[in-house]
This record gives sequence, structure tokens and C-alpha cells, in this order.
Amino acid sequence: MTSQLFIQYLFAGITYGSIYAIVAIGFNIIYNTTGIINFAQGEFVMLGGMIAISLHTILPLPLAIGLAVITTMIIGALIEIIFIRWLKNPSVLRMIIITIGLSILIREAALHIWGEGVRSLPYFNGNEISTIRIMGTNISPQVLWVIGVCAVIVALLSLFFKFTSLGQEMRACAANRLAATLCGISTKNMVTLSFMLSAGIGALAGCVVSPITYTQYDGGTPLAIKGFTVAVLGGLGNSMAAVIAGLLLGIIESFSVSVVPLAFQDAISIAILLTILFVRPHGLFGSKEAAGLKEF
Amino acid sequence: MKARKYFPIFVLMLVLAGIQQLTQLTGTVYYLTQMTMTAYYALLIIGLCLVMGYAGQLSLGHAGFFAIGGYTSAVLTTYDLTPLLSKGNSIISFLAASGLLVSRDNLYGEALLSVNPWIACVAAIIVTVVIAFLIGIPVLKLKGHYLAMATLGFGIIIFRVVLATEIFGEADGISDVPGFPLLPGVIVSGDFSNRVQNYYIACILLVIGFVLLQNLIDSRVGRALRAIHGSEEAANAMGVDTSRYKLYTFVLSAVFAAIAGIFLTHYNGGIGPSEAGIMKSVRYVAIVAIGGMANLWGALVMAALLNFLSLRGMFGSYDDAVFGTILIIIMLFAPHGLLRLQFWHFFKKSSGNT
Repeated sequence: MTSQLFIQYLFAGITYGSIYAIVAIGFNIIYNTTGIINFAQGEFVMLGGMIAISLHTILPLPLAIGLAVITTMIIGALIEIIFIRWLKNPSVLRMIIITIGLSILIREAALHIWGEGVRSLPYFNGNEISTIRIMGTNISPQVLWVIGVCAVIVALLSLFFKFTSLGQEMRACAANRLAATLCGISTKNMVTLSFMLSAGIGALAGCVVSPITYTQYDGGTPLAIKGFTVAVLGGLGNSMAAVIAGLLLGIIESFSVSVVPLAFQDAISIAILLTILFVRPHGLFGSKEAAGLKEF
Repeated sequence: MKARKYFPIFVLMLVLAGIQQLTQLTGTVYYLTQMTMTAYYALLIIGLCLVMGYAGQLSLGHAGFFAIGGYTSAVLTTYDLTPLLSKGNSIISFLAASGLLVSRDNLYGEALLSVNPWIACVAAIIVTVVIAFLIGIPVLKLKGHYLAMATLGFGIIIFRVVLATEIFGEADGISDVPGFPLLPGVIVSGDFSNRVQNYYIACILLVIGFVLLQNLIDSRVGRALRAIHGSEEAANAMGVDTSRYKLYTFVLSAVFAAIAGIFLTHYNGGIGPSEAGIMKSVRYVAIVAIGGMANLWGALVMAALLNFLSLRGMFGSYDDAVFGTILIIIMLFAPHGLLRLQFWHFFKKSSGNT
């Protein structure tokens, strides 16, 4: 493998990896406040891309993306309010089945609204063939957009959780729901907020990646599974570890193309997921004791 | 006691026979085709009901086992062994000498030498059991979200492998699968002349499977499984070997799925990758949930009803959406199934049966 090819693979891996990381962070935000894995997480990414594509026919690109993110956040909030908020102590099995049902509904709705066709947003700068020279290879500017936007999302989120009052309330909710309620935090609103946040970041990621990977109605499920793989790889609930794990999975996946056929690429990341679940269910960076106390 | 237990089964058999007579009388024999397919899907679903409802383990990968059974059988009965035989492969010539191979003409009238459907069936079941054991041992140690994702992952791997492997026909699947002669004159195939016969084959298979599961649930094993569902730790403390029971029921239900796959493949004359898809697995889970999880009769009735409606194309292009909606509504408002809603209790009191 030449060094040029190596860098190409590396960038491809980082691009996909940052999207996986964003999906995984979406999983973690909801998991931390509710203990639920939202199986419809990948659908938010698809929805963001699809809505932005439709809006772009009448609006300029930045406005279309902004509106798409807001719309998806509202959808996320509505899902929480309609389907989850009023359930009293739902069992894990029940929540899994409900969120799987939701992901099917969103996907089928998208199929009937947008059809089976593959769509995409235009490249943010230049077009399909414009490139930037980095380290001796040609990289599409969109790749830099994806990596940059994902990095900004991660940075803003960690600032939000650390320094704003709202972010601290959400973390309190994650640490101990009962104690947070006793301190006067409305845990129910925090849960709604967590759905909005993860829908929003998913939608934004869906918009920036749309020119490269294209958007299709059934693109959500594979992303959700990879996002979950990454979330587990980093240790469920740990967002910063998810970033590292996401990049790791993206890079492994992109280099695996040179060894196994493309059709088996999905199978590889799932095989990684299964191995991690069997061997180290608390994740690469998680502690075994902490994982033992959590409820899966 | 025995008579009372088997009375519902007897009624079920009468109903199944009655349906056939009714289609004969009303001139709608063509319904039997979908009913036969429904019966095979129902066989898979009652097997899944054992794992989900009684042992309390969610499996989102059962379409995978269906596909393993169906595809193994399809490949073995359609793969032409003539070139291998002429090359002098010792295993093949041994099989040929012991009469385990059958030759027939394919679609184009060329002679085709392939494995006897009985051997293919046994091989498919063995393959399924081995894979179910290998997957079950690590997967069943997991709980909740992890279990759901691991079984889902298994299902997707099977789907991807089927879709990307040449021997499994890639996106086209395998067609031209021959009939399965069970006994002289009794053959599982999609021929119109065999329609009534095949309906009864499917029904008998379903009833046998049902009685088997019902007896299993009423036995020591069934009580152990319900203890696991209630609380695995408590069951463990009481001396129930939880991991072994979970594994055996998982493998048993995988075998049910594989048998359904094998027979349906012979009946349809082929199998395609959509049978291994995630949506199929989700659909089976939905039907078990609607039936009320730990309720074999509920699973059977709902499997018959919903699969038949879906196969008749009643839901049109909203097929998947219908199952998604049902899944959500049931889980939101009636997590113990339609048959366990409050207003049914009134009727249940009189029978005194729990």
C-alpha cells in the first residue's frame, strides 16, 4: 500500500468515523438521562438529510440545513412527548420494542414522502471533482466539512454539559434521577431535551455527510447499528470515549475494504460489535465495576 | 385431565379442516396457498414465543435461522454435483453409491444430480443447531439492550452473507428448488394439484409443533423458564440451571424456524434474501408481542391472522408500516398482549384457567 493510498483510506475512515461518533453520542445523551437505547437514532440522521434536501429546492443551503435541524429536533421532542413521557417505569424490553417500532414508522413515512430514490445535498464548496491537496493526496473539501462540523459539535456539547446550567441539570439527571428531582430539576423536561439534542446533532451530521454518502430512506438502520457499536466500544454513556471509538471503527472499516469485499463491510463492524459484547461488554474505556451497576 | 388439555387441540384441528372444506365449498381454494405459507410462518412464531414469552429472551434474529434452514436445504437440493462426481470426488461418489443423491431435469431439461431432500433437510437442521449453539452460548449471557443488539447483529450478518455470496444466489436468491417427497405420494411442493395435500402437511406440522411446545411448557422445563422470566437471579438461587435452559430453548426455537424455512422453501420452490431481512425478524417479534408474549394460543391466532392478511396483500405498500404501528400501539397500551387487556378478565374468571 502506497503512502498516498494509506492517507486516502485514513481520511475516509475519519470521515465515516466522525459520523458514527455523532450517532453514538446521540445514543449516549438519551441513554444517560433515561436508561433507554433509542433504536430510532439513525433515522434522525436520515431525516435531517432528507428534510434539508427538500428545503434546499426553495431555500439557500445554510438556511435549509438550519431549518432541517430545527424540524428534526421538534420531531425528536414530539416522539418523546407522545410515546415515552407518560410511561411509568417501562421495562427495558418494552422500550426496545417501542423505539424499534418508531424507527420502522419513520422509515416507512420517509419512503412514502420521498420515495426509494437516492438523494443528496450539493457539495458545500465546489463540486464532486474539486479537491484540496493534503499530505500529498487529494481530498474532497466536503470531507473537511464533515470532520470540522463533527469536531465543533463535540466541542460545543462538552462545553454545554460542563458550563451551562441546563447542561449541568442534564448531567445531574444522568447521575441520579431521584436526587435530581429532589433538587427541583424537572427530569421529564430533561428527557425531552435529551431527545431534542440527539435529534439535532444527528440531523446536522446527516446534512454534512449527505453529499458524500447520499441519503436514502433506509439509511438509518445501518448507521444506528454502527453508532451503537461505537457507543458500546467506548463504554455506554461515555461520550468522549465514543469519539475515539468512532474514529477507530471508521478507520478499521475503511482499511478492511482492502482485505475483504465491500459487501461484507457491514458484517465486519457487526462482528466487532459481537466480539466486544462477548468479551468486554463494559467497553474499551469503561470500568467493569461501573458497568455492573448499570441497568441494560 | 388429559382429555381437557387436548380438547382445544382437537378443536383447532377441526377448525383447520373446516377452513379447507369451506374454501372447497365457496370455490376459493386459492386461499389455501397463503394459508399453507401462513402455517409455516406460524410454526416459526410459536417457537419464538417460547424464547420471548416463556424464557423472556428477546431475539431479533429469528429470520436468520429461517434463512439458514431454507438456504441450506435449497443449495443442497439445487447444486449440481455432476462435475464433482465426474472428477472422482470420493465423498460425492460415496453418496451416489449409497443412493443419497437424486437426479432430475432442471428448468432447461438438463440432467442435474443433487442431494436427496431428506438428507438436505437433516443437514439443514444440523447446521442450524450448530450455529444456534455457537451464537446462543455467548449471546444469551447478555441482557436487555445488549441482547437485542447482538441478536439483531446476528440477523444482519446472515442477511449480508446471503446477499453477497454467489452460491446463495446473491440478490436473486435460489429458485427451481424441487419438491420434498415426504412419503410416496406425499410431496411438499407448490403444484396446484397438491394444494389441499400441502395445506394439510403444513397444518399437521404446525399442530405437532404446537403440542410439543405446550407439553414442554407444562413440564418441569416450562416452570423453570417462567422462573427465569420472573427473575433470573432468583431462579438461579433456587437451583435452576438458567443458562442451560435458556440455551436449549433458544436452540429449539431455532430448529422450529429452520424447519419452517426448509418446508416453505420447498413449497415456494425457492427462497430470496428478503426472508433473512431485519423487517422479517421484527415482524415475528411484533406478532409474538401482540399475542401476549407468554401465550402460545395468542401467538398462534395472531400469526395466522396477520400473516394471512399480509400475504394476501391486504396492507398494500404499508405492509411494514402496519407491523410497526401495531408494535408501538401494543407496547404502549397493552404490553401483555391484546388477549390480556383488562376487559377480557371478565370472561377469564368463569373458566378459572391461568
